Amino acid sequence: MTLRETLPILGFLIGAVLVSLFVTSNVVLNFLVFTLILAIAAQGWNLLGGYGGQYSFGHAAFFGMGAYVSAILQQRFGVNAYPAVAFGIAAAALLGYAIGAMVFRAGLRGSYFALVTLAFAEVLRILANATEITGGAAGLLISLNLGAGNLQFADRSSFLILGAVLLAFGMLITLALEKSRLGAQLVAVRENEAAAAALGVDILAVKLSAISLSAALTGAAGALYTQYFLYIDSNIAFGTWISVEALLAPIIGGAGTVFGPLIGALILQGLSEGTKMLIGKIPGLDLIIFGVLLILVVRFPLHRIPGLLAARWRGKGTP
Amino acid sequence: MTGQGRDPAFLAVRDLTKRFGGLTAVSEATLDVREGSITGLIGPNGAGKTTLFAMIAGFEQPSAGLVLLDGEEITGRKPHDLAKLGLARTFQIVQPFAGLSVRENIAVGAFLRLPKRRDALALSEEVGQRLGLGPQLDKPAAALTVAGRKRLEVARALATRPRILLLDEVLAGLNPSELRDFLPVLQDIRAGGVTILMIEHVMQAVMSLCEHVHVISGGRIIASGEAAEVVGNPAVIEAYLGPGAAQRLAAHA
Repeated sequence: MTLRETLPILGFLIGAVLVSLFVTSNVVLNFLVFTLILAIAAQGWNLLGGYGGQYSFGHAAFFGMGAYVSAILQQRFGVNAYPAVAFGIAAAALLGYAIGAMVFRAGLRGSYFALVTLAFAEVLRILANATEITGGAAGLLISLNLGAGNLQFADRSSFLILGAVLLAFGMLITLALEKSRLGAQLVAVRENEAAAAALGVDILAVKLSAISLSAALTGAAGALYTQYFLYIDSNIAFGTWISVEALLAPIIGGAGTVFGPLIGALILQGLSEGTKMLIGKIPGLDLIIFGVLLILVVRFPLHRIPGLLAARWRGKGTP
Repeated sequence: MTGQGRDPAFLAVRDLTKRFGGLTAVSEATLDVREGSITGLIGPNGAGKTTLFAMIAGFEQPSAGLVLLDGEEITGRKPHDLAKLGLARTFQIVQPFAGLSVRENIAVGAFLRLPKRRDALALSEEVGQRLGLGPQLDKPAAALTVAGRKRLEVARALATRPRILLLDEVLAGLNPSELRDFLPVLQDIRAGGVTILMIEHVMQAVMSLCEHVHVISGGRIIASGEAAEVVGNPAVIEAYLGPGAAQRLAAHA
């Protein structure tokens, strides 16, 4: 990883800081913070799905784990927000490893992997809805205790910067992965498992590293959600909505790329909010639009657009 | 090396058997591959060549028998462990990482011994040049011709720096001029100290490359020896051309 390769990420961070300085509209800021939380969750999915080709339908499990563990530690055990968030991320990573150890060892791939991950997330949602410590169906409210020491901010622009830093960190991890041996092996697993194994790639170990890293990042998004909204319940934290959006954003924005999740999250949230403004709030309308968008992306190779443009550019440049 | 030190074979296969339900694909196959040799494995279609390869390389668990590499028993080990021990294979049906460039394809193999990307890419370039893939290094693997894909299979395997290379019909589907160009490449690999065991149907190549040939038919090794003497073996002729063929050929001669 060279300095030059990190420049776009630095540019994104500077852009986010500028926006936080000059944009005052709470509606816009709220939109951006929520988009960033999504983008971080999507970046997590991207590590496993985009680079590793393991399409999880249950990243809500990791998002919810990050959200609930950090919330419970703060609210029930009085732990400071920073270690609570760290434990939330660690718990998500551990859950990722545990699910991976069961599912990948059993050799589940493709749609079977997708269905089992979905099942894990649903089981966790039902458990969180039924147990005492999670607040059950009523959810969990974090006491308002403003201050940087508690990772709670009154102004949304601070959260914008926090989210942007976290996403930039996720992008750096992704970029480092792209340039590493693990990344090359992960992509090889995505492309052809038998050929990868013949070249000395330990398929199980590579997948386990990827799912742990992926879960940690998506868990971080969950913990950030808790800090921002100060309220979670089982349908938010473990709901299928986040599983769907975490996988749609990278697929639409470009799976297996560093900026794909952010671009996809912006498109998804932009469309979702745009239609709400134009047509009004009709429940499920955004999901219909996402569905249409997904069909378009799968039918037409939109992800090849940047590559095609680059090829055309090169074609013109050379005689 | 160890207790098996008296065994001259670098790769030794002993009574290797594979049963799929009631079907015995390979039955008590025993063969040796000498260090530094190019050894051929030939036989009619469906004889069990690829199954035997798959068992040696860890892709199929044998029902019975042993595989020894340099005196160490490796029966049933995982493919990635065997790659680390220095046993690499190619696939009869080529398996390129289609979405990656040729360079990145080879780098996956190179990463086995080189943790740093820079080193892996350097080795990848070097191996690619050696296999004649230099001009295609930055093209997507999916854009290669059949001959190019075969070369890529060998290049990737070679980038793992193997001690023994198992080639599964790398010459099949090549036209005569591609074939002529490829033979020196294989000889060059052997000259570099890599032992080669190859499944091959192209007899011209087997005759010119292999010192030693094993013939498998109906899951059994029916003949072993020097290439010239094996192709004259009546049992081998009958395995290919049917019962009585050796006699008729002899009568015509």
